[in-house]
Amino acid sequence: MATPANGNPGPGNGKSQWDRVAEMDEFRLLLLARKQFVIPATIFFVVYYFLLPILVGYAPAFMARKVWGNVNLAYLFALSQFFVAWGIAWNYVIAARKFDEFGVKIMDHLRREGWFKAEEEKK
Amino acid sequence: MSMTLVLFLTFIAITLGITAWAARQSGSAASYFTANRRITAWQNGVAVAGDYMSAASFLGIAGLIAFFGYDGFLYSVGWLVAYLTVLLIVAEPLRNAGKYTMADVLAYRLSPKPVRGMASLSTLIVSTFYMIAQMVGAGALVALLLKGTFVNFHIAVIGVGVLMIVYVVFGGMIATTWVQIIKAMLLMGGTILLSFLVMAHFHFSFSEFFGAIANVSYTGADGKMVVKDFLTPGLRFKPPYGPLELISLGIALIFGTAGLPHILVRFYTVPDAKTARYSVVWAMVLIGSFYIMTTFLGFGAATIVGRDFIGKNGGTNMSAPLLAKALAGDVFFAFICAIAFATILAVVAGLTISASTSFAHDVWTNIVRDGKEAIPGEERKVARVAAFVVGAIAIGIAELLGPAANVAFLVALAFAVAASANLPVIVFSIFWRRFNTAGAVCGLGAGLIGSIALIFIGPSIMGIDPPTAAASARHFIQHAPIFPLENPGILSVPIGFAGAIFGTLLTARDPAAEEKFVELEVRCNTGLGAEKATAH
Repeated sequence: MATPANGNPGPGNGKSQWDRVAEMDEFRLLLLARKQFVIPATIFFVVYYFLLPILVGYAPAFMARKVWGNVNLAYLFALSQFFVAWGIAWNYVIAARKFDEFGVKIMDHLRREGWFKAEEEKK
Repeated sequence: MSMTLVLFLTFIAITLGITAWAARQSGSAASYFTANRRITAWQNGVAVAGDYMSAASFLGIAGLIAFFGYDGFLYSVGWLVAYLTVLLIVAEPLRNAGKYTMADVLAYRLSPKPVRGMASLSTLIVSTFYMIAQMVGAGALVALLLKGTFVNFHIAVIGVGVLMIVYVVFGGMIATTWVQIIKAMLLMGGTILLSFLVMAHFHFSFSEFFGAIANVSYTGADGKMVVKDFLTPGLRFKPPYGPLELISLGIALIFGTAGLPHILVRFYTVPDAKTARYSVVWAMVLIGSFYIMTTFLGFGAATIVGRDFIGKNGGTNMSAPLLAKALAGDVFFAFICAIAFATILAVVAGLTISASTSFAHDVWTNIVRDGKEAIPGEERKVARVAAFVVGAIAIGIAELLGPAANVAFLVALAFAVAASANLPVIVFSIFWRRFNTAGAVCGLGAGLIGSIALIFIGPSIMGIDPPTAAASARHFIQHAPIFPLENPGILSVPIGFAGAIFGTLLTARDPAAEEKFVELEVRCNTGLGAEKATAH
């Protein structure tokens, strides 16, 4: 991705280039979208993961219950952790496509305002 | 010469060839420290998996499952789930805002010198302690794998140490990355083959396999044969402290992995944050598949080889190689041993490069030289010397400790420091506007001291041994442990977070740092101004 040339604050002097990116609607929406995914996903995986040692540690008899042939609840729950982790990662990748789209919009916005002029002229 | 030794030498020859090839690539700093940031997503994913899956995973977890059944498998779970922290919180901001090390992001908006100094200290402690643990394990293991040849513990430690120094000093990040990739592929290949053979042994019937797991027999402590259902929890983690130990281990894994310097530096080797994201997903596919397959390795060893036989033929760490021997004979045994060897070498090389990069970039260039090289190319030279020194120190300490030393606690310590010192400060720098220099220094210091102190007063260091125990295996302090857990995470992680929070709130606001928060937030989320990939 391109760099806004340092020392070239572009139009709307007075504020730093970073402040002006931070005030863009696209950037606000990007942060919001990220938060809306990352916070619940993190809470979910932390809770789901720690249920395993807590249940195995404090309710071993319950977890030793056989549910499928000789396979017990403890093993199935442990195994499910792998698929849940993969599932969250997959969902994140899909959600992140939207983050990337916001990123492209921010770049377009900057380009429209002539942020990269100095750089492009060099080429 | 034994078959195993021949395979070891083959691996050494291939990796030295890669090192020679990497050494001929352009000699810029970007190429030495970050492989020109041109590693692709799948390559980096495989390399992350290679850096992460140590011999402790391959041989150690297989052994734990072979001896303690389900409780050993519990270890496997946390190693994958931990990558969600890396994926969701750390990888992309780090790639966007940093250059070579973890400290780049921490020092971004704070007073660089104190923060870099502490972050580098923490990096060096995590890397060297982890390295010493790997080296002692490596020496004992290589000597065991090459039993019957001239290679003993001392020769093995020196050999592994010299090789890791050569990879890093001459081949830099390019060679280290490709050593990781080859090792990870060998490890996956060997594990898939071994799992396949285990299932073939049980006629590809899961009910037969799990039937055997439900009836594992071995000689109990009283000398009588016992039959146990190895899927039952509680064979290792028993009350009163077992459950807490499990939770504490989980905390260290979930919060520590995202603070391991040798994993974090890998995200600087890719062109952008998007590639960093996909590389974590690749790593998760590999790491998850591997740890699921520890089911076959561990329970296969428990049912096919048996705990008694493994105990008499090298102990827990030999479970996977002995399983290979039982299923497919000596050649496959040699192959699995060679994979274990490759695993060890790759991990110590990864640790060496992250430690030496941190010293050269954080301590030398940014603290001693105020952020600018005095002589062009100096940073790389310092990194090479640092790699040599760090490697030599690790060899020396491993030789002094000897093969019987209990070093498992050093791994627990490395993860505890990463979780308690590094992670809180990484998270607060990125997400908390008010966070200031005092908070970072207090957080790093509290996490570091808390982890070390709790390990020191815990059962790894303190304990009362019977007079018959061998001198090298005795506890350092002959006194009942004050802190009951081997893994301090449950207490040290809150200590680290509290240090960072109180350090910040009890000192004055730092307007400069808060102003730069906006800049860091924009950089982390958009990649504006991020380090770019360089041409060959």
